[in-house]
Amino acid sequence: MFALFPYIVLFPLIGFAVLGLFGKKFKSEKLVGIIGSGTVGLSFLTAAAIFIHMLGLAPDQRKEIVELFTWISTFTGTSSSLSVSIAYQIDQLSILMVLVVTGVGFLIHVYSIGYMHGDPGFWKFFAYLNLFIFMMLNLVMGSNFLLMFLGWEGVGLCSYLLIGFWHERKFETGGYKPGTATTSDAAKKAFIVNRIGDFGFLIGMFLIFTKFGSLDFDTVFNRAAVLSVGGGVMFWITLLLFVGATGKSAQIPLFVWLPDAMAGPTPVSALIHAATMVTAGVYMVARCSVLFALSPETLQIVAIIGALTAIFAATMGLVQNDIKKVLAYSTVSQLGYMFMAMGVAAFTAGIFHLVTHAFFKALLFLGSGAVIHAMHEEQDIQKMGGLKAYMPTTYKTFLVGAIAIAGIFPFAGFFSKDEILWKAFSSDYGSVFLWLAGVLGAALTAFYMFRLVSLTFEGKERFDHKHVHPHEAPKTMTVPLMVLGALSVVGGFIGIPESLFVGNAIEHWLEPVFAKANDKLSIGYHSPSAMEYILMILSLGIAVGAIYAARTMYMKRTEIAEGLKSRFAGLHKLLWNKYYVDEAYDVSVVTPTVKLSESLLWKGVDVSIIDRLVNGSAKLINFLAGYVRRIQTGVAQMYAVVFVGGILVVIAWIVFR
Amino acid sequence: MSILGIGILTWITFLPILGMVVVLMLPKEQKETMKWVAAGATFLQLVIAAIIFLNFDKGMAGINSADGMQFVERASWIDVQGLSWFGRVHIEYFMGVDGLSVTMVLLTALISFVAVFASWNIEKALKGYMAMFLLLDTGMMGVFVALDFFLFYVFWEVMLLPMYFLIGVWGGPRREYAAIKFFLYTLLGSVLMLLAIIALYFSVTILDPATGEKMHTFNMLAMMDPANLEPDSLLAGVSTYWRYLAYIALFIGFAIKVPMFPFHTWLPDAHVEAPTAISVILAGVLLKMGTYGMLRINYAMFPDIANDTAWYLAIFAFINIVYGALCAMAQKDFKKLIAYSSVSHMGVVLLGMAALNTQGMMGAVFQMFNHGTITAMLFLIVGVIYDRAHTRDLDAFGGLAITMPKYTGIMTVAFFAALGLPGLSGFISEAFSFLGAFQTFRTITIASTLGIVLTAAYMLWTLQRVFLGQPNEKWKDMPDINFREAFMLVPLAIIVIFLGVYPSVILDLMTSSLNRLVEVVNTGAAMAIVP
Repeated sequence: MFALFPYIVLFPLIGFAVLGLFGKKFKSEKLVGIIGSGTVGLSFLTAAAIFIHMLGLAPDQRKEIVELFTWISTFTGTSSSLSVSIAYQIDQLSILMVLVVTGVGFLIHVYSIGYMHGDPGFWKFFAYLNLFIFMMLNLVMGSNFLLMFLGWEGVGLCSYLLIGFWHERKFETGGYKPGTATTSDAAKKAFIVNRIGDFGFLIGMFLIFTKFGSLDFDTVFNRAAVLSVGGGVMFWITLLLFVGATGKSAQIPLFVWLPDAMAGPTPVSALIHAATMVTAGVYMVARCSVLFALSPETLQIVAIIGALTAIFAATMGLVQNDIKKVLAYSTVSQLGYMFMAMGVAAFTAGIFHLVTHAFFKALLFLGSGAVIHAMHEEQDIQKMGGLKAYMPTTYKTFLVGAIAIAGIFPFAGFFSKDEILWKAFSSDYGSVFLWLAGVLGAALTAFYMFRLVSLTFEGKERFDHKHVHPHEAPKTMTVPLMVLGALSVVGGFIGIPESLFVGNAIEHWLEPVFAKANDKLSIGYHSPSAMEYILMILSLGIAVGAIYAARTMYMKRTEIAEGLKSRFAGLHKLLWNKYYVDEAYDVSVVTPTVKLSESLLWKGVDVSIIDRLVNGSAKLINFLAGYVRRIQTGVAQMYAVVFVGGILVVIAWIVFR
Repeated sequence: MSILGIGILTWITFLPILGMVVVLMLPKEQKETMKWVAAGATFLQLVIAAIIFLNFDKGMAGINSADGMQFVERASWIDVQGLSWFGRVHIEYFMGVDGLSVTMVLLTALISFVAVFASWNIEKALKGYMAMFLLLDTGMMGVFVALDFFLFYVFWEVMLLPMYFLIGVWGGPRREYAAIKFFLYTLLGSVLMLLAIIALYFSVTILDPATGEKMHTFNMLAMMDPANLEPDSLLAGVSTYWRYLAYIALFIGFAIKVPMFPFHTWLPDAHVEAPTAISVILAGVLLKMGTYGMLRINYAMFPDIANDTAWYLAIFAFINIVYGALCAMAQKDFKKLIAYSSVSHMGVVLLGMAALNTQGMMGAVFQMFNHGTITAMLFLIVGVIYDRAHTRDLDAFGGLAITMPKYTGIMTVAFFAALGLPGLSGFISEAFSFLGAFQTFRTITIASTLGIVLTAAYMLWTLQRVFLGQPNEKWKDMPDINFREAFMLVPLAIIVIFLGVYPSVILDLMTSSLNRLVEVVNTGAAMAIVP
């Protein structure tokens, strides 16, 4: 059964190759859609079969590596030899990621058939999506750091291509450089900001090789497992890896690209910028859990960055009017939760939230796509309202997603978020402050989500009926919504906490993966479980309160919202402008770099100094030659005189020396 | 191995000269024939390169052992007995390849073949152009196969002359300035190199195998053996003043070619003025002669100094990488931007070399190869739009992705390969250069790795300005790439992708040789003790 799993990777690659090379010649969108989504569907089926097979095996046999061929090798005959293979690994963590990537990926592919209908780049879109799935699978199935890095940058490439898919369109960045940006700016920004993170990842990888003499996961983690906790090198390795994660997973300080990435088509936002790619950083930390376990300082940093990002992004989400931007900030915020979980060494909880988040956030984005479609590319929620009458399926599924992300029992988000909050509170690596941050973030999340629901689907219709005729989306779009809706309801049941008298399935499933890390950490829980119920009810109450507040403010008594807006105008402006982070980066990094390169280095050093020296020396020689040339008069008598004179000097020297 | 009784390396080196002779004999009007003769000559050269590749023994190390060299051809070329105090002058026709040079031979044959097709639209004095082009090809190939220093120098100079004319006659508006600048820079390097060669010549003695008497030699392998250094000669000893001086002289000679900061300012001018094909050759092959010379000559003959100065080299590598990238970012001229990107990418080669370990060296030599293919693509890409629009101003374009989709597809491969995307060849060589250097110079490498961020920035910025956004009305009827252009670009793109996935094809060729070179550099210093 295990021998099948390279095919999981192979199918999307075939899809990409076929569509990339011949897609343009395929006349029917149907064929392109079937190839594009079919290959991903096949991958999903294969993965599901393997997963079922794994369920029947003993926990220690649920891991397998298949080596295809040697990718790079530098054989030196000494310990510094390095050999990296194209080798795929399936274990409990990988298969979970594969199921999410191919499962959610398949649904989004199907959805895209409807969403991208009529687009001249239809085939190209599916080719890129297939390439993305291929790269993402490399990322989660690669059995060494370099192959993971291939996937890591590969998904970045696809992200770049897909954000800028409509590269000729204008794009509103929201306050910053109004009216001048295009989607290609957003794409470029995404890639470059990610490159900064990748720089950290790369250096981290070099350090790993220096320290462990290998880049294979197994070798590195086994060698790490015998080390004792602490040490500067482990701190730097993990910190640098985390820098990579902050890029890909849009955490402080590198989160700035993700809101702009919404410039891409909505299925892309759902697949890449919500459900899968942006969670790569979380996966990476989980995969390297044993390395992080060796450096408690880094774990602290991870937890704090995660918590800060969770709140920081949520506050920006409060005031956005672009339906996708709200969801984007929500994604950043939810990723913060996942990192908070990683930071308090609750690796399972983080992965659990990753899975449930993939369901409900994909659902929300696809729902927003249906809305945008129905509203003729309008994304401003202030120009919507009352849409539930026109698109009931979208409304219902969207509402399910919103309830799930708000963390209402028994929807998926409740269990995973609660698990994180509890671990943040009770773990040796957690603290009350982290818990408080988490609860505050949860309250904000519930609030802005229901602000979004209220403004979009309920209340008065604020759009222009003459030009806009909202309608329900076609079947290819609503069916994926319903499937994801169902998953958002029941998805949480895989991780019902022990305290609710059911075994925590995901915890048991992932236990062997994190065993090495947990050995190092020996986490104890210092609170009685009665506390768990209290906190659970508390956070649930806060979420319900926030939902109530949002519905009141944006449906019944809109004057409250307006009043708050004018009373806290300064704060509103700050949030609206996203704390001016983009502007700050522009002033402190981008502009100086461009200026430095042009005026100081190129025009300064190259042209003014080096070239002046070069041209100067040529001129000097020319100038001297002007004098020397005068010796060559062409007068033979003159030459004879000099000749005789020379002989005399030589004779004189020989005689008198 | 030989064909018609003539050694295969002689064939691969002098085939272009044969072509040149044919071209020169053709009447001036037969332009098409001239092109096909040149194409034929370089194609045969490519076939021979393929034969060499297929018959190359990966286990043989070469570098400083004559037995480890392959396809060796050796004959006495100039032998003058008793030239008074000068002694006997014996210059050999000594050729051979090892893992270090075989990749460069392949690259030269490949790039030359591609460049012929890039020259297809040359109108002015085609006969002269093709003759010069083929002569240049011979010069380049000769440099990579020569194992006698005198022979090496001859080829080095042979290459200089046609290059001067190719830029100076067939170049752009400021061609004369660019050509003279190139010539002066390179000539300075040649003079310094010549001085060092003479110093080496008089410091090294071997026994004539025939007569058993002592004689000086230009044999490069003999120069690499410290036992051959005359005890009282100029370059005897370890890390002496004169050895430093000779090392630096050679080094500057090669650094100008690389080009290494601050000797790089000829490059942007030469590139901007040179016709497309010549830019392709210049960036694709010529620059590698610099780093090749450093490895073959500086490293192998002066391991002690190479060790002492590795740190300085790393500093210069860092400057090249970051400075080149920043200067590239400042450019408005497409071609100049690519030229500066070469400065940056060749810095990676220098950094990998400075590491003095196998990973770094393999990264460096592989980067030489990859940079050859990738930059060739980039210059061809610039050539495509310059041919159509007659401008290279980056801001003059926009939206070509819509008007020229095939072109954009190819361009994407080249650009992302240049910015080191994993899965494409450039990544592997860059990662290995950095990885190797990281073991030796941690801080410098970390600082240099910043180059990957800068490269992404200027590459994507360029891509955006030229290809994305709304199409410029002025160029909306610009035709997509034609068959000839695709014929040049597609194979290169395939190579770039293939080597990103399966680099062992090239890496395996060089492993033994570079391990030997690392060993020579690291132990050579200790061995070079005066008897």
